[in-house]
Amino acid sequence: MYPTLHSALPSSNLLHFESSTQRPRLFFPKKMHSFGYRLNALLTFSVTILAIICAFASYSDNLNLPSPSAQIQVLNVNWFQKQPNGDDVVSLTMNISANLESMFTWNTKQVFIFVAAEYETPLNALNQVSLWDGIIPSKEQAKFWIHTTNKYYFTDQGSNLRGKEFNLTLHWHVMPKTGKMFADKIVMSGYHLPEEYR
Amino acid sequence: MDWQGQKLSEQLMQIMLVAFAVAAFLAGYFLSSFQLMLIIYAAGVVLTSLITVPNWPFFNRHPLKWLDPAEAERHPKPVVANSKKKAVKSH
Repeated sequence: MYPTLHSALPSSNLLHFESSTQRPRLFFPKKMHSFGYRLNALLTFSVTILAIICAFASYSDNLNLPSPSAQIQVLNVNWFQKQPNGDDVVSLTMNISANLESMFTWNTKQVFIFVAAEYETPLNALNQVSLWDGIIPSKEQAKFWIHTTNKYYFTDQGSNLRGKEFNLTLHWHVMPKTGKMFADKIVMSGYHLPEEYR
Repeated sequence: MDWQGQKLSEQLMQIMLVAFAVAAFLAGYFLSSFQLMLIIYAAGVVLTSLITVPNWPFFNRHPLKWLDPAEAERHPKPVVANSKKKAVKSH
């Protein structure tokens, strides 16, 4: 049942087999194109293509030109104090409203947003203090307003906040299902802190 | 699976996967559903594997025709030559 080799034969007739139905085991073993081989080829190729379509999905986000809008009103300065260590701390009540629906594409998982107070001091050209943040999980929840005090302390490293003019900036990170994350911001200016502690 | 069947299954596998990927991407993009894209593509992978992985009869329509065994028997077998050499060494 094994193939026999004949050196005397012409090269085209080198292989001979006892049976016409037998596979040439020695030189072309049965495993060459087996079930497992085909399954492996299919899985590796399909995963490669999956990676390619995910790359295209990420690229398609560039075709979306978002036009978000946001307004923040400072309704009240609840208290404004100098801590024993000399740092100023402020508590604000704000009304944040925004329409971020245009950020959402088919490849958007969620959008992370945060409001930062930004101001200049003699020591630093830009100070950023995060006051509030939130996660928007879907397009349906992307048009919202919220009446809130600052979630995190509005505190300065020093005593520079009296009478300070500051910006409130809405930053956002658009988190995709696959691929590149986009980040941008809207700067709102013209806010003032009181001249005196209260 | 014969040689032509192997070629056919390989080409079928590649063409079907690419076609399903294109269809899935277009459906997902225009219907704004990433999940739909994944479902269509996963269905495509399952269907492709059912068609191209098992050894179906239509992959075996071109069996190899080996030489008739009678043809081989007319020529001297190398086995005989080996046994002669061994016989010389043992002397």
